[in-house]
Order: sequence, then C-alpha cells, then structure tokens
Amino acid sequence: MDLIHVIGIVIGVILWGLVAALALTAAVRSKALFREGAFEGLRDFAVLIPRVLVGVVGSGYIAAVMPQDLVGHWIGPNSGLIGITIAAACGAATPGGAVVGFSIGAAALKGGAGAPQVIAYTTAWSLYTIQRLINWEIHMMAPRVVWLRAAISVPLPILAGIAAMLIGKP
Amino acid sequence: MAERRRRVRTFEWSTAVIAAISVAAGAIVYLRDGTDRFIAILSNDLWLFTGMLPKMAAGCLIAAFVTRLLPREVVARVVGGESGIVGILIAMVMGAVLPGGPLTIYPVAGAFLLLGADVGTAVAFITAWNLLGYNRALIWELPFFGPEFVGWRILIALPLPIIAGLMARAAARAIAARGGGDQWT
Repeated sequence: MDLIHVIGIVIGVILWGLVAALALTAAVRSKALFREGAFEGLRDFAVLIPRVLVGVVGSGYIAAVMPQDLVGHWIGPNSGLIGITIAAACGAATPGGAVVGFSIGAAALKGGAGAPQVIAYTTAWSLYTIQRLINWEIHMMAPRVVWLRAAISVPLPILAGIAAMLIGKP
Repeated sequence: MAERRRRVRTFEWSTAVIAAISVAAGAIVYLRDGTDRFIAILSNDLWLFTGMLPKMAAGCLIAAFVTRLLPREVVARVVGGESGIVGILIAMVMGAVLPGGPLTIYPVAGAFLLLGADVGTAVAFITAWNLLGYNRALIWELPFFGPEFVGWRILIALPLPIIAGLMARAAARAIAARGGGDQWT
C-alpha cells in the first residue's frame, strides 16, 4: 500500500470522526437539530450524486474527443507560463456552475493539459469567474470591495500555477 | 442574515448542458473507437467516482451540521472584531470552515465590514472560502480530480488567502492615501 492510499484512509477516518463528533454535538443540543442536520446532509448528497456523476463521466468522454495536440500545444505540460496565463483567462471566462468548471478542468487534464495549467484554471474559476462576479457578488457586497478583490486576485492563479510548476507536483 | 438553509436545487442548467455535451462526446467515442474504449472510459471514471462517494457523503453531512452549530452571526462577530495579521488568519480559517454557496458567504463578508473589520480581512475570508473550503473540495473536486491532485492543489493554495488579504489591505491604504476614501461597506 503506498503513501497516497494511507493518507486517503486517514483523511476518510478524520472526516467521519468529524461527522460523528458534529452529529453527537447536535444530538446533545436537541434531537430535532440532529434529525434536521442528518436529513439535509443526506438529501444534499442524494441530489449531488447524479450531478457530479454526469460531470465526472462526461469529462472522460469530452477528453477523448478533444483535439489532444491542440490542447497540449496551448496548455500542455510544456506550455509554461503562457499556458498558465491562457488557462487562468479561460477560468475567468467559464460560465455556469461548479459542474461546468470542474468538468472542463478534468477533461483538459485527461486530454493533455499540464497539471500547473489546470491548477491555474480551477483557481481562476474559483476566484473570479466573470459570470459569478456579475450575477452574485456585485449584488451582495459593495461594488468597490468586489472590484478590489477581483483586481487583487488576478495574479493568484498564475502564482499557484508557477508554484505547481516549481515543485513539479501533482 | 435570515437565510440559513443552503438549498441545493434539483435541476440545474449547467448540468443539463454538460450532460448533453457528454452524450454527444460519448456517442462519438462509441462510433469512432468502438465498444471497448467506450466501456474503458466509463469504468475508469466510475471507479474514481465510487471511491470518492464516502468522502462526498461526509462533506455533505459536515456542511449540514456546521451550518446549524456555527451560526453565521457568530462567525461575523468573531472575525469582525479582529484586525492585523491575526484577523486575516482567523478569517482564513473561518472561510475554509464555513459551508454554503455564494448566498451564504458574501453576506457574511459584508457583515465583517459593517462590524469594523478591514477590507483585507473580508478579502482573505472570501479567498479562503473559494480556494480552501472543504465543502467544494470534498464534494466537487475530489471525484473529478482524485485525492493526489486535490491535495497538492490545496497545499499550493494555502498561502494565497494571506497574500490576497495583505494585498487588499495595502491597496485600500494606497487608495485612501490618494484621496479615494476609506469607505468599504
């Protein structure tokens, strides 16, 4: 058994230990709190399963039909800083919810993109996908804060990509 | 801050679009590469997915209980009263711990600012929620990318909320010094 598997098992045990501790805390406070939490957690899980499944399986097929040399040329492992910047720009431009961002990222990784480039993509998508800034954030916070945060965040995905490239992981 | 429940909608356009593209891509693979390749891709992805299911379930349950046990008002009060580098670190931890979607997170960050936290603290909080939140990592990222990729991705992202918070603070100071005002609420 290699280290990755051991770490995976340890994390699984920690997570379920945390679930047990939180469930116990809720149950001590009130039975209703425990029931509500357990019900909502399991319902969210049931609703998310098909959604994630569509994206995970879909990304495999999308990767298989993507033009590998084109992907490899622009955002492949040897595309360096330019590939990282392109990937970050794609992350900002990606519309839609989580399933879109992660499906594209996973498809790109399976279809010839480099790991640092995909990290730059998911980081940019998480931090400042333009659609989320305009549809959500701008309505819920002072616009000044939103633009400041977006401007500050511009270099972060590139930093993350460079860091991944320097340590040579994942 | 009356809204407490994190609603997961049962239908979503994003999923429908990805599903349609996936079916088309799957059909191309089937017709072009044959049944064996079609099944190989399916089984490979399903295997990763089923392996991650227990962690996804744990993520959903942790989120549901934390939402109930750690009221957003408490988070806002704890972070809102802090400042300096300690404020940024506490905001970062809270951002990683607090579950929920944009509907939950942005109002909490707005509340920090109203309670007197500086803009750097709010930026560190939102950045940590985006990059370090266990919710998104467990439920979404893990089944798509597998544990090794996600682990390194998070490790690399650890310093980013601090960097973002400090840069936002410096930028806010520079804007105020140039007469741009220091009103951020």
